[in-house]
Amino acid sequence: MKQKNVTEKIMNTVFIICALISITAVIGITAYMIVSGLPAIKEIGLREFLFGRVWKSTASPPQFGILPFILSSLFATFGAVLIGVPMGLLMSVFLSKIASPRLSASVRPAVELLAGIPSVVYGLVGMIVLVPFVMDVFNVKSGSTLFSAIIVLAVMILPSIVSVSESALNAVPKKYEEASLALGATKIETIFKVSIPAAKSGITAGIVLGIGRAIGEAMAVMMVAGNVANMPELFGSVRFLTTAISLEMSYAGGLQRKALFSIGLVLFVFIMIINIILNTLLKRGYKHEKR
Amino acid sequence: MKKDSSVTQLNMKLSKGRKAYEIILKSLIYLSAIIMSLLLISLIGYIFVRGLPNISWEFLSTQRSVLEDRIGILPNILFTLYIIITSLAIALPLGIGAAIYLNEYASYPKLVRFIEFSTETLTAIPSIIYGLVGMLFFSQRLGLKSSILAGSLTLAIMILPNIIRVTQESLKTTPQSYRDGAAALGATRWYAIRTIVLPCTIDGIVSGAILAIGRIVSESAALLFTAGAGYVLVTNYIKALGTSGGSLSVMLYVYVMENGEFEVGFAIASVLMILVLLINFAAKATKRKLKKIG
Repeated sequence: MKQKNVTEKIMNTVFIICALISITAVIGITAYMIVSGLPAIKEIGLREFLFGRVWKSTASPPQFGILPFILSSLFATFGAVLIGVPMGLLMSVFLSKIASPRLSASVRPAVELLAGIPSVVYGLVGMIVLVPFVMDVFNVKSGSTLFSAIIVLAVMILPSIVSVSESALNAVPKKYEEASLALGATKIETIFKVSIPAAKSGITAGIVLGIGRAIGEAMAVMMVAGNVANMPELFGSVRFLTTAISLEMSYAGGLQRKALFSIGLVLFVFIMIINIILNTLLKRGYKHEKR
Repeated sequence: MKKDSSVTQLNMKLSKGRKAYEIILKSLIYLSAIIMSLLLISLIGYIFVRGLPNISWEFLSTQRSVLEDRIGILPNILFTLYIIITSLAIALPLGIGAAIYLNEYASYPKLVRFIEFSTETLTAIPSIIYGLVGMLFFSQRLGLKSSILAGSLTLAIMILPNIIRVTQESLKTTPQSYRDGAAALGATRWYAIRTIVLPCTIDGIVSGAILAIGRIVSESAALLFTAGAGYVLVTNYIKALGTSGGSLSVMLYVYVMENGEFEVGFAIASVLMILVLLINFAAKATKRKLKKIG
């Protein structure tokens, strides 16, 4: 009996340690981002760093302004959401309400597959197919533009928007829809005026998840956006927060390297804000369901 | 909401405005479904058409050699495999343990909520940040340099939340009566978990591991900083842990962006797509099996 108790206690401790690892990891990552990101900001000056319009990390004297990266990241994310959300929402309506169970069972794997494709593969196809296409159609000098990045990101965030919205739509109580149909609304009217508003918080969570994906994506956009540190223009070559880090990390040293970690910190802060929004939304949705 | 109900409703006299609303939205829905399906089909088709002709036995079974003007991806296939094995070996026990704690042992709701919050946060952190911290901590602080081990440790943390979540879900579907039955027979909690609860969740754990493999295979940003892009063949697993090695996704990036070898890029992309298809299929199969049991 005593021995039993001892093993029980040991296992309890082992499991607690396992569970604490994710907390340790989050704290560790946060600490590392802050500790490694702050020195350069201190050296350059917060205002100059965040609102400086010129990034010339290898010039002398070097200039470290990341406003172009911040704006490019925000614009790209906004554009991707603008294209990806309506399409993703319509697609989730199709899967959840329109298609027969058999049809949606055969289309859903396609969405999951889209989520599983590596980002470098998206980048490669974007580079070979999309970039020349943009160059021809819009008659610009180079197709490696913010616009191309927006298209690639829109495709990449589609699966997360579709799957989260679909489960939110599926969770809408059947009686809401039945009541609406009984009042003489058509099926489409019911979907757009009853089901979607009822699934609002879940759908918003899907959108926020997509925003997080888009702002954190590095490799795919690096391959299609041209990577010049310009202020963003729809048909100009741009560099994002993520790509600014990965482009120079391999050879950077000194202040330049520290500045790259500061960019990481800025990205990290963005992601944390998005994550907190996502969490409150999900919690609200959960409460809503419970009621 | 049956399909035929909308047909009868359309036949009813709707005002013109409502009819237009109905038709426009319906066609938009179908349009987006068609676009998305076409997108996927053409994407996969294009990758295979461009990539498969460049895949040969030599490509798969040799290493890159500048002298013989030959490109082979065997080392990178092996590196990918090593990374999968190592990060799963680390993340699986930790993830399963954490899930067991959250679901079976936890007695402080606040702690549980905090753990779940940090797990969600880990999911949200983009891979490039994992790459940065992995480089700072594993490669520099622990002195592992750019190596398979540093990359695998970084990815282990990255896939940890997936494994925790999937295990937790399948622990939740295990009937409470099993645990009660075991307790009534005098089994301790750990004994019941080891002999009854865990065997019931094995399918869930396997499908979680498969999903994690998918994530590892497609990862590139985090690995580029932590495992590097080496392409020299190392067959000894222990030795490989200490060397720099590029996984398939990383090498795709390197070949395309640094060497401009698009055909090689498409060939690797085809290999990756085949892997992704297999992984998706396997995940689906285990899920189906899980449903049958549950």
